[in-house]
Amino acid sequence: MGQPAVSITNLGFSYPSQPALFAGLGLEIADGIRFGLFGPNGAGKTSLMHLMTGILSYERGSIELFGHRVKRKNKSLNSLFGLVPQDYSFYEELTPVENLEFFGAWSGLSSRETRRRAKELLEVMNLWEVRNKAVGQFSGGMKRKVNLAIGVIHQPRILFLDEPTVGVDVNTRHDLIRYLIELNSKGTTLVYTSHQLDEAEELCQRIALMDKGKIIACDDTGVLLAKYGQQDLEALFLNLTGTGFPHPTK
Amino acid sequence: MKLLATIKKDLRILLRDRIGLALMFGMPILLVLIVTSIQNNAFQPFSKNKLLLFVNNKDTGRFSQELIRAIDQIGLFRLEYIGANNSREDILRQMRKKDGLLTVVIPADFSRQVAAAAKEKAGKALHSFGLEGDSGKPVTNEGHAPELLYNPGIESSLKLSIAGALNGAIQMVESRQIIRTIYFSINEKPLPDSLASQMLSSRMNLQEVPVTRGGPVIPLNATQHNVPAWTIFAMFFVVMSLGSGVVREKLNGSFIRLKTLPTNYMIALLSKQITYLGVTFLQAFILFAMGVWLFPYIGLPALSLPRDGAGLVLVTLLCGWCAVSYAILVGTVARTQEQANGFGAVSVVILSIIGGLMIPSFIMPGTFQTAMQLSPLHWALQSYYGLFLEGGKLKDILINVLPLFVITVVIQLTIVAILKRKNLI
Repeated sequence: MGQPAVSITNLGFSYPSQPALFAGLGLEIADGIRFGLFGPNGAGKTSLMHLMTGILSYERGSIELFGHRVKRKNKSLNSLFGLVPQDYSFYEELTPVENLEFFGAWSGLSSRETRRRAKELLEVMNLWEVRNKAVGQFSGGMKRKVNLAIGVIHQPRILFLDEPTVGVDVNTRHDLIRYLIELNSKGTTLVYTSHQLDEAEELCQRIALMDKGKIIACDDTGVLLAKYGQQDLEALFLNLTGTGFPHPTK
Repeated sequence: MKLLATIKKDLRILLRDRIGLALMFGMPILLVLIVTSIQNNAFQPFSKNKLLLFVNNKDTGRFSQELIRAIDQIGLFRLEYIGANNSREDILRQMRKKDGLLTVVIPADFSRQVAAAAKEKAGKALHSFGLEGDSGKPVTNEGHAPELLYNPGIESSLKLSIAGALNGAIQMVESRQIIRTIYFSINEKPLPDSLASQMLSSRMNLQEVPVTRGGPVIPLNATQHNVPAWTIFAMFFVVMSLGSGVVREKLNGSFIRLKTLPTNYMIALLSKQITYLGVTFLQAFILFAMGVWLFPYIGLPALSLPRDGAGLVLVTLLCGWCAVSYAILVGTVARTQEQANGFGAVSVVILSIIGGLMIPSFIMPGTFQTAMQLSPLHWALQSYYGLFLEGGKLKDILINVLPLFVITVVIQLTIVAILKRKNLI
């Protein structure tokens, strides 16, 4: 087995003046797979993603990306991964092209390469026609696409997606999922969180179910369903946590 | 490449922020125009802008006429006459009606009093010379002296100057009559007017020497005072756009992404400094250009640029750098855009008041004189004044430029310390 994309060992982390969110958490994500992190609100999904990307600093244990230890100020590591945060992470006053030009430069791409990638991505995302319009005037679905395009402009080896399809219509969601599968087929590891369990079944090859800062189950999606004798992830989650799952679009 | 891309991004955002642009360029242009136009009259010499003085002459003798002539010759006043029969109430009504600030009331027996006083003083003088003279009983002019009615709102130093000038005129009338009396007693013929004028007017005048820093004397006028002062204010007012821009970037999602990219956040701050330094320089250029070329067309005095062009550019850049640093500091400390806008605007107004932009620093009380030293706007203003009003060169104003530089460096170091504490760099 090759080097894992992510290796988390004995992780300890707490927010100031709060009990520990993670105490001794361990997780391994293989290179090249589509991995899903699921759990109810407050389970620690976004915090874990922020720890894996160095936005937050952990207190104990270690997190490695492709064998490199994640530290908050290790900027050289940052070109290995891309992040698509849950919130829109771009400048609304700028056009998609201008946003991509800026974030491409900050990702270390040359201006020529940035222009090439921006064109390619905007065409793939069906945004080429509106490339000169300020992103602030876009619909929610178009903004999600811009958010995703910025995260992948530098062709990262691993892409962290924090609920990338929140608030988009069915067609846009299918477009995004199709693109992510295509991206993964070219070798990009995907680490994904969502409340959309049907979407997760479609996208993720392997999943981890989280609750209160702990991983309560982690395996290939099919294996997990079979192991617990459940028809779908929603039933599996209810079975394991005894709690309901929010359904933003259902 | 990264810096260039960031500057391009900042410029694009800036150019699309119409309210920010209006605040940074429109507001100072309006301020300079309005304040300079209003203050232009106050800076005019009195020969051009005379004060209205009502004269209520109840006396029918020659000395009240001489007094009125003497007041007119001072050159400070535009005289308007109120009939002798008008009561005090009529005079006050007239003053209110015409926004008059001053009235001089010459009492009915003024001439008789002047003649009596002159006779008494001349007699004493002749007596002391050993000549025949009447040293009779002293004349008091209590209750018979002219009155100055004034609006209590009049500034006290102006009132003092006016009272001094009017007292001088009264003294002139008295002195003239004393000389006439003495001359007549000795020569038994009237004093020729030409000799009287010669004796009274050929006195020693105070020599006024303007203190400059080596350059030519530049007359102080509303333009020369306001354009540099409001340019500094405009530069520091970029806090409204830049300070809130830094907070907005911190609060919106793009900041999370910036933190995960392989570029130091200092690049973002450096870009903002360069972009907004350009803005402050452009502000100064526009306001100075208005002063030089536009003001003469609208009846205001033209701005006279300093002879040290390089010094002007350097001081402008340093003022701009200090203003931009201050705005970034506000943005770094503030947690919300409301905090940045509110604190930024109020603090700049306070710093400009303390710094002497709105009230001359020499009239401030002692505590504020000390606080003034901490305001970068004070040092910026002093640097500009050294160039614009005192005709100095850069080397002459180093004593003002250095504190401004030190304050700027301290602000920069504070920003770095805060960003390090927040783990942002």
